[in-house]
Amino acid sequence: MAATAVDSGIQRTASAVDYSDVQGLVRFGYGKLTESCFLLLNIRDAAAARSWLATAPVTNAVQLDQASPTALQIAFTHEGLQSLQVPDEVLAGFSAEFLTGMAGEESRSRRLGDVGANAPEYWQWGGSGRVPHIVLMLYAQPGKLEGWTLAIQEANWNAAFEVVTCLLTSNLDGIEPFGFADGISQPALDWERQRKPAKNELAYGNLAALGEFLMGYPNEYSKYTDRPLLAPDAPGSTALPPAEDVANQRDLGRNGTYVVFRQLQQDVRGFWRFLDAQTNSDPQARQSMGEDMVGRKMDGEPLVELSDDPIAGIDPGTTPHNQFTYNSDADGLSCPFGAHVRRANPRNADLPPGSSGLLSKALHTFGFGNKQYRDDIIASTRFHRVLRRGREYGPGLSPEQAIQTNVSDPGEHGIYFICLNANISRQFEFVQNAWIMSTKFDAMTEESDPLLGNRQPVAGCPFTDTFSVPQVEGLRTRITGLPQFVTVKGGAYFFLPSLSALRYLAAVR
Amino acid sequence: MTPQSQFMVLASIAAGRMDDLRHLLASMNREVGVVDPQNRLVPFGQFERLHFARFVIIDDKTSVDVAAYGLPIVQYPVYLAFLGDLDGSPDALLAELVQKAGDGLRRIFAHCDGFSSDTDILGWMKSHNVAAAAFYANWLGRTVRQVREEDTLRQALESFVEQHRDSLAGMQAREKHAALKKFVAAEQRAGRITLTPPEPTPLGWKIRNFLHLVGVPLVLLVLSPLLLLYLPVFIYQLRSREKTDPVIAPRIEPSHAHELAELEDHETTNQFSAFGSLKPELFRRELLTFLLWIIDYAARHVFNRGRLTRVTTIHFARWVFVDNKRRMLFASNYDGSLESYMDDFINKVGFGLNIAFSNGLGYPQTNWLFMDGAKDEQKFKYMLRRHQLPTQVWYHATPGLTAMNMQRNALIRQGLENMYMTDGEVREWLQLL
Repeated sequence: MAATAVDSGIQRTASAVDYSDVQGLVRFGYGKLTESCFLLLNIRDAAAARSWLATAPVTNAVQLDQASPTALQIAFTHEGLQSLQVPDEVLAGFSAEFLTGMAGEESRSRRLGDVGANAPEYWQWGGSGRVPHIVLMLYAQPGKLEGWTLAIQEANWNAAFEVVTCLLTSNLDGIEPFGFADGISQPALDWERQRKPAKNELAYGNLAALGEFLMGYPNEYSKYTDRPLLAPDAPGSTALPPAEDVANQRDLGRNGTYVVFRQLQQDVRGFWRFLDAQTNSDPQARQSMGEDMVGRKMDGEPLVELSDDPIAGIDPGTTPHNQFTYNSDADGLSCPFGAHVRRANPRNADLPPGSSGLLSKALHTFGFGNKQYRDDIIASTRFHRVLRRGREYGPGLSPEQAIQTNVSDPGEHGIYFICLNANISRQFEFVQNAWIMSTKFDAMTEESDPLLGNRQPVAGCPFTDTFSVPQVEGLRTRITGLPQFVTVKGGAYFFLPSLSALRYLAAVR
Repeated sequence: MTPQSQFMVLASIAAGRMDDLRHLLASMNREVGVVDPQNRLVPFGQFERLHFARFVIIDDKTSVDVAAYGLPIVQYPVYLAFLGDLDGSPDALLAELVQKAGDGLRRIFAHCDGFSSDTDILGWMKSHNVAAAAFYANWLGRTVRQVREEDTLRQALESFVEQHRDSLAGMQAREKHAALKKFVAAEQRAGRITLTPPEPTPLGWKIRNFLHLVGVPLVLLVLSPLLLLYLPVFIYQLRSREKTDPVIAPRIEPSHAHELAELEDHETTNQFSAFGSLKPELFRRELLTFLLWIIDYAARHVFNRGRLTRVTTIHFARWVFVDNKRRMLFASNYDGSLESYMDDFINKVGFGLNIAFSNGLGYPQTNWLFMDGAKDEQKFKYMLRRHQLPTQVWYHATPGLTAMNMQRNALIRQGLENMYMTDGEVREWLQLL
């Protein structure tokens, strides 16, 4: 399984991934462990916390014949690593976004759309001064979560941690609270380290270089994303694997990644009632409008036709709903340009479609050969993928229940949006900023994501609450006055360490 | 057609006046990063031909990088630069500036060397105006007035379609087109929509542009035997340097990052000012001069219709040599956030970035001038951020409109003014609305 990595002239043999060093969440979604909760913790006492961490039963990514009935994952914020007294010079090796934090700068909040009702000052957790130190992610088979939660709170637990909040999830069987099948589009990871990204990928592919999701490996640029490297004589560094790209350095990041965690409250009633009012209570038209906004049928079927060409990293046998690109829908007639899933992953290659021959490649490289003014605006989605591991919360509510006016709301609905990526700014933040939250995505003028948009005016652009559906006969259907359906209630950036990095953190000082 | 142009008044800041100047410039802003278009010093909003303007203090902390070549560190002056991107001739705009904002400009430039209370400010600004080595405008001939008028048109059409959704739904495409045309004509008569026809293209500009169009290839043709002879030497000179030139791209200080971030993403367009030294060699200076000459040619005659190669997000950009080509300023106005701007560039036109910037000191290693370089994504981004200067004052005449939005609006107008359209063209036009 030896592949070769080339960087800065250093050539060494790439070793196989040691699954026992990787937290399982990178490889598995723990779909069978349908019960889960996320414990947000603050460290009370660093020494006690370290000794708890030293024996924490953290689940690795080794595939077992008999899946474990429970799993535990652990990730740290910058504040958490500081509380563990990780030296500043080590911390300085983490990415700027992680160090600043999701809510640490107004400009970041502007870019992420965390303004208006989404502003961190209204968050239940994660806002200024309220960033938790640790998230413990607990997963269990039905009926086993409570026991598992108690089981891990042993030894030094009470001395070590203060539980900020316990975020309980619910199992809606792969359906997100608005009622749509979720989690269909996921990048496939190149665990075998076989992928050699070309300088220009001429077709959209779904197989991602490992370094996009795991630090310490080459990414889609065939480079190693920056992460903390330690000198071999740094205290505790012997617990860490050597860096693959830099001689004589220990790699704190290898086999670890970043977790983006956002609590997104969904106004399920507001969503379906708005659609109901727009469609004169015609159930079919209501559903169809919702599907236009999402960009998929409720059962997950894409709105555009499936592609006949194979897509690397997609097995049409197991994930038929993922076998498509938007190349066949340049006018947005099948799937509106602004539909949520089209924004979240526009499925573009590095050059626009039709760049096959030498001449057309050359023409497209210089920006010629476009048919319409909006061609080739978005490209190279392979650098902007995230691996989603979210879970729902709150009770399920069908569209029919949601539009009933005489029923009291059974509580809050939403999703704990969780995604993994090795480069937060190029992956999650880019997708969130340039695609999801942009009022100008794909040459549009004053729209926002039909689901996630905050509808806040931007300077010179007072309306961002429209959604348009292109029509074959010409004038598009334009829905105006979209209310905000999703509100951010909390969030933070975490570092998900490898098992060896966890040992380092447990022994640091 | 009114061609676009630019000015850049550059003057060194007098000793001890820096803090005062910063304070004064800050007073032009409503909040950090957001100018007051009617500020009392230079009320930019009153200038109908001005697309963008900025004041930026050029205090280059990276000039120490020449030490990597074993050269002594030069103490360069700290400059104040005043930049504008505009319609028509820069001299006319400078005169208008002096006329409407002479006092404010005097107060600002009084902080610069060689400026006193009896200085003729117009003459002084003209004599301190530094020409760009290369200049890019998104769309040749698109004026501020046109952008504003066409956006009013778009909004009016959108609300008309909204209000008459049902009656329009029953019509054929051509009937819809006719109905919308009729509506716009009535609005024009009522004075609610104005679509000013383009002004005649200045004859002098036409001649100069034509001479430039044919002159540059002619010069290249004449020089081509020499260039061809020189090519092997050039390749040797280039390759030997590319392999050894130091790369200086450390992560930037959090405080610098914060200072820059505070100024960004207040609307859908952003400013970018970057400054640095060229690699300290005659070879690099001459090479960059040549490359920018070509880039300027391409921007003027080839990429003047909405796309700089594949990039659709740049409104204006320029490269300006400073200090006898020892240093350079790059300034641009672009849509989106800096991260997406950088990614767009790296992924779409990495080769172009390498050609335009790899003669800058510390640039990530290139091969054959256009390969690799920017594809070292993180190093490239660190380097760019490290050379980026906080822009103290930045004005944008039409905030909230991206270059693509402007293009869409122009196409909407075109579809009204076109005499003959095929059925397909009518449908495509309707899809724009």
